[in-house]
Amino acid sequence: MALKIEKDAVSGTDTTGHEWDGLRELNTPLPLWWLYTWYACIAFAAVWVVLYPALPISGATGLLGYTARGALPAQLAAENAAREPMRARIRAATPEAIAADPTLRAFAVAGGRIAFANNCAACHGAGGQGATGGYPSLADDDWLWGGELADIHTTITHGIRNQDSEEARLSAMPVFGSGILTTAQIRDVTEHVLSLTQRATDPAAATRGAAVFTENCASCHGENGAGNPQFGAPNLSDQIWLHGRERAQIMAYITAPRMGVMPAFSGRLDPAMINMLTVYVHTLGGGR
Amino acid sequence: MFKKFSHGPIERNVLILGVLTLITVSLGGLAQIVPLFTIESTIERVAGIRPYTPLELMGRDIYVREGCYACHSQMIRPFRDEAERYGHYSLAAESIYDRPFQWGSKRTGPDLARVGGRYSDDWQAAHLRSPRDLVPDSIMPPYSFLDRPLDAARVPASLRAQQRLGVPYSDEHVAQAMADLRTQADPDADPTAFNRRYPRARQGVFDGNPRQLTEMDALVAYLQMLGTLVQFRDVTPEQLRQQ
Repeated sequence: MALKIEKDAVSGTDTTGHEWDGLRELNTPLPLWWLYTWYACIAFAAVWVVLYPALPISGATGLLGYTARGALPAQLAAENAAREPMRARIRAATPEAIAADPTLRAFAVAGGRIAFANNCAACHGAGGQGATGGYPSLADDDWLWGGELADIHTTITHGIRNQDSEEARLSAMPVFGSGILTTAQIRDVTEHVLSLTQRATDPAAATRGAAVFTENCASCHGENGAGNPQFGAPNLSDQIWLHGRERAQIMAYITAPRMGVMPAFSGRLDPAMINMLTVYVHTLGGGR
Repeated sequence: MFKKFSHGPIERNVLILGVLTLITVSLGGLAQIVPLFTIESTIERVAGIRPYTPLELMGRDIYVREGCYACHSQMIRPFRDEAERYGHYSLAAESIYDRPFQWGSKRTGPDLARVGGRYSDDWQAAHLRSPRDLVPDSIMPPYSFLDRPLDAARVPASLRAQQRLGVPYSDEHVAQAMADLRTQADPDADPTAFNRRYPRARQGVFDGNPRQLTEMDALVAYLQMLGTLVQFRDVTPEQLRQQ
């Protein structure tokens, strides 16, 4: 097909030379700014290939020898150098000393908040409010394993009933439904437990349950059900119920307890970070 | 610039057009094929990496089936912020037995490459059943239907398929797959032979219900081993360098 390139009268631009049933097409050139930007991109890519590892061939590391892995240690070291002076002071101090020093305390609470969000909030909630299903609140003054700074520090360091730490806090409530108590006895002792919060409806059963309680429960939960942080035994005479406050829930728990597990953070977090977390958790509302 | 150049003659000559097209396509092909010749020298060998246990493999299948990768990546990049939040950056070796890999490309939820051991089994199961009970602002859908029985009968065939794809399961692994699956889900079973085949694999009642083997068991077992195979205290950066 012969090409007949003409100049279009209206726009002053060449046509492509093709003609379809009398229709012709303009051959408008690319805008120059676009064209030169494109050339610049090609030049940039050529420089990049020389300087950085761009070719998928071993040994083609680029003139700068950059790798993200190689750059990471320097970034971590720079960050560490900036934080280390304060961190070293916090690592050397006891949680009590940190809480007493306003500068250290402010640093610990700020750092502890970040670490809490990353490590603790999944179970204990963003503000330490806990969650249903056995995840205790850290924002009240009811503590399973003790609410003093030293207690909190031990719990975070070694965790509870885990396989990570030899010194993990350990205790086990017996599975009373597996033959230790009869269903009738469990019903009685549930009635007694309800009576500790003035919710019993069957005084006779509660009286029978009191004897069962003394024999089976009092050694950990105390004669009055006030609990004992040494065994992580919760207070049964307050309004805080980890696994539900209703009669059926209490009975189900006595029949087959589900005891909580917390990981040990000694291997995961720097001792300074554990100190900061301790002080932060202590400030959440209920530290003793 | 290029005023004299015209693509007209190329487009009108089939032979020249064909040859130039072939050259262009070959360049693209070579860029993908040539690196494969050097693949042996680019694989990292890292101590501790083992194939998935049968229960974990079933869990991985569920992870893929439910499309977890659409919202969760399994790839910690070598940047400071990621190192501080998630831990050591992911190694290629850590997904060496993934067919297909689960690196993902989008984080609607957090990265899961090192989620293993971060939370308790109880937490994982409760969170899968009803995410907002534990994380109030979560937008993850609930997966409570995973409490249904696990279709364990296809375990040996799954291992066999992985074996054919190059995962180093021996015939013994395949033959014992069913037994290993039950051993891992039963903390009272003798783990000697199981742990010889799968070092440091953890037994447990992963979904909190010892009476039934469920899909929840498998998925939690898988999640709880993610990123736990390499002991980074024993591995130095020099050992990770590609040979």
